[in-house]
Amino acid sequence: MVDHLDFRNGAVSTETPVSIEEFLGASNATAVRIEPGEDARALLPHLDRLALVEVSFPVFGDGRGYSSARILREAGYQGELRASGDVLVDQLFAMRRSGFDSFAPNAPLDPAVVKASLERYADVYQKTVDGRRPVWAKRHEVA
Amino acid sequence: MYRYDNYDQAMVDARVEEFRDQARRRLAGEMTEDQFKPLRLMNGLYLQLHAYMLRVAIPYGTLSGPQMRMLGQIARKYDKGYGHFTTRQNIQYNWIKLEDAADILADLASVEMHAIQTSGNCIRNISSDQYAGVAADEVTDPRPWAELLRQWSSFHPEFSYLPRKFKIAVIASAQDRAAMRLHDIGLELVKKDGVIGAKVFAGGGMGRTPMVAPEIRDFVTEDEIIAYVEACLRVYNRYGRRDNKYKARIKILVHELGVEEYRRQVEEEFAHMKTLGIDPPVAELDRIRSYFADPAYESGLSEEVNRSDPDFALWLDRNVVAHKQPGYAIANISLKPVGGIPGDATAEQIELMADLAERYSLDELRVTHAQNIVLPYVRKADLYALWKELDEAGLGAANLDRISDIIACPGLDYCSLANARSIPVAQKIATRFAGNGKEAAIGEMKLKISGCINACGHHHAGHIGILGVDRKGTENYQLLLGGSGAEDCSLGQITGPGFDENGIVDAVERVTDLYLAQRSEGERFLDTYRRLGMAPFKEAIYG
Amino acid sequence: MKLLTGNDLATGDVIWWTGSGWSLHVGDAVDAGAEGEAILARESEARRVNAGYIIDAEQGANGPLPLHIKERIRASGPTVRADLAINTDIPIVRA
Repeated sequence: MVDHLDFRNGAVSTETPVSIEEFLGASNATAVRIEPGEDARALLPHLDRLALVEVSFPVFGDGRGYSSARILREAGYQGELRASGDVLVDQLFAMRRSGFDSFAPNAPLDPAVVKASLERYADVYQKTVDGRRPVWAKRHEVA
Repeated sequence: MYRYDNYDQAMVDARVEEFRDQARRRLAGEMTEDQFKPLRLMNGLYLQLHAYMLRVAIPYGTLSGPQMRMLGQIARKYDKGYGHFTTRQNIQYNWIKLEDAADILADLASVEMHAIQTSGNCIRNISSDQYAGVAADEVTDPRPWAELLRQWSSFHPEFSYLPRKFKIAVIASAQDRAAMRLHDIGLELVKKDGVIGAKVFAGGGMGRTPMVAPEIRDFVTEDEIIAYVEACLRVYNRYGRRDNKYKARIKILVHELGVEEYRRQVEEEFAHMKTLGIDPPVAELDRIRSYFADPAYESGLSEEVNRSDPDFALWLDRNVVAHKQPGYAIANISLKPVGGIPGDATAEQIELMADLAERYSLDELRVTHAQNIVLPYVRKADLYALWKELDEAGLGAANLDRISDIIACPGLDYCSLANARSIPVAQKIATRFAGNGKEAAIGEMKLKISGCINACGHHHAGHIGILGVDRKGTENYQLLLGGSGAEDCSLGQITGPGFDENGIVDAVERVTDLYLAQRSEGERFLDTYRRLGMAPFKEAIYG
Repeated sequence: MKLLTGNDLATGDVIWWTGSGWSLHVGDAVDAGAEGEAILARESEARRVNAGYIIDAEQGANGPLPLHIKERIRASGPTVRADLAINTDIPIVRA
């Protein structure tokens, strides 16, 4: 069982993220944590100094963090994007597709189940921020 | 109709195996019910009043004979020999075992069907006009867009944990047969300067706070529909209320922000979305469209129909509607026999309808939001033979859009959310009006019954609506008048204090008697109500 | 009196706590008294019941009867399908 998943080949931050309020204040922090109700777009002017954005999932059913992740990636954020909290194995696929590349789940995950859930779908229907070509692109040979 | 390619098939096959694994983990105790619940719900598996219930999608209401046959086989093999067609173009099985669920999904996948996202706080089955492709009044067949949206919404990574469920309807006629404006998003395909695009409505719905969706955009071109809908969803996902599940639907967001502000936010997001290249190329829409091309219609068919059998003539007048192609007709099969359970069909009836589709309707059927079945391609010359077979199987009810063609949710007989039973009320009303002979005189009547405020029985949209409530532990029924889910969309108003089961049947008869006495030439019940207003009806009911 | 009910995890069947196990028939149910929560926690953990909860009931002629109509319909089966009834002797509407 593992309590942290990393898809960044070890390039993960060890800094403790600060709140978005603190970050946008006078802080020099390079790691920030955003809660479900907070606006990820407030971070967009500061992406180049961020090494870690931790998106909090207090309960798995609150899906605002998926939008936060995509918004950051759509704006070109390249740093670590970590989902933390009530992160369950059956959500990893959608989280990866939304741009998350590291995970700090409350409850440890079984690596075999993680692998199976991430590899289950050979193809995807939507273009998101993970670089995967959706089936419509494959059907019509477009990029 | 649309056929899966290898990509589509691999997707549903993978989904079956994913669910098989999830169910195994739940049965083995590796997951709690709290963790499993959202996963099973996203595969349409509820824990209902008596057992697990499986809801299977019939995307935009279109299915083939072999698909229909499979629905019958599932009813026989895994359930207690019947299924229930719902108001959202789904079929529900009431007696499913968790240990069988993955096998059922595999059987469905073998005929290109699934139960993906038929529940949960995600984008649900895309619904459409049951006469799509054959209606004389449509701008274009709406189903290619519905299929495009089906694929786009399947496993959408950003929108799997929305504040609440999300329902989309697509139509392409000025006449609305899909209650489009009572959906979270309604798309009406229109032609502008010779180009097809969508008029977009958002924030409609029923439930405890019914709203008719306002128009938020008068035209989106077909190559940007996905980006626009994605923008609508993103604003909703980010800002829809999550503090109270009763205020979490998009209608509340649109209402609280105001249409103008919601529209502004969507436009801003849409401008951004358009830069991301998320819309499939038009070639993809064309590929899908090619599956919905007109069939090879026979020409020179007879327009004559022999009306000498009066029972057949009645069915013809009530249940058969005009087809765009000469020599053909659209035949409605009513699942509302007097005294029956609205929307229920036995395995044998389902299989018979599949056979009839194969023999008389180019192997295609439709399901309607009014819980009936449609054979969309019947040669007029075959109508009598078709009716004979339907009638022998108890499927010949000649009551489309009449007072006994009642929409009813499963109610407290099956549903754990319900406060009162719906089906017995529907049975009593149908029986009363079959007995008093007034159905024919009343003419068009949309009577809709819900067993609780969630409004699965569309009571707000009924010319006459009935809402079952719990009054100090007993079933009580409120009466609503003046609703419509059609192009003249409106929400019914409650008449006053509720009734018991017999009292509500009497009240329905009193309002219809008033209509019969007061109507002007050519007026439907709804028209008379709108002209007279509530007062005289209230007087008739409460004295 | 208090009854414990829920569903069988694998089959989904409505089940009732009998004091030593679970039955399909409400007539076999026993008053769980103040032990309800503890029994449910234990039985859920062992996966012998799913989504269990406690309901109010009264003593009827043929054993315990739930007070609420919803639980009576759960105990009897859909009232519109007498052919599928689990128990036919349950008055749906409380006298």
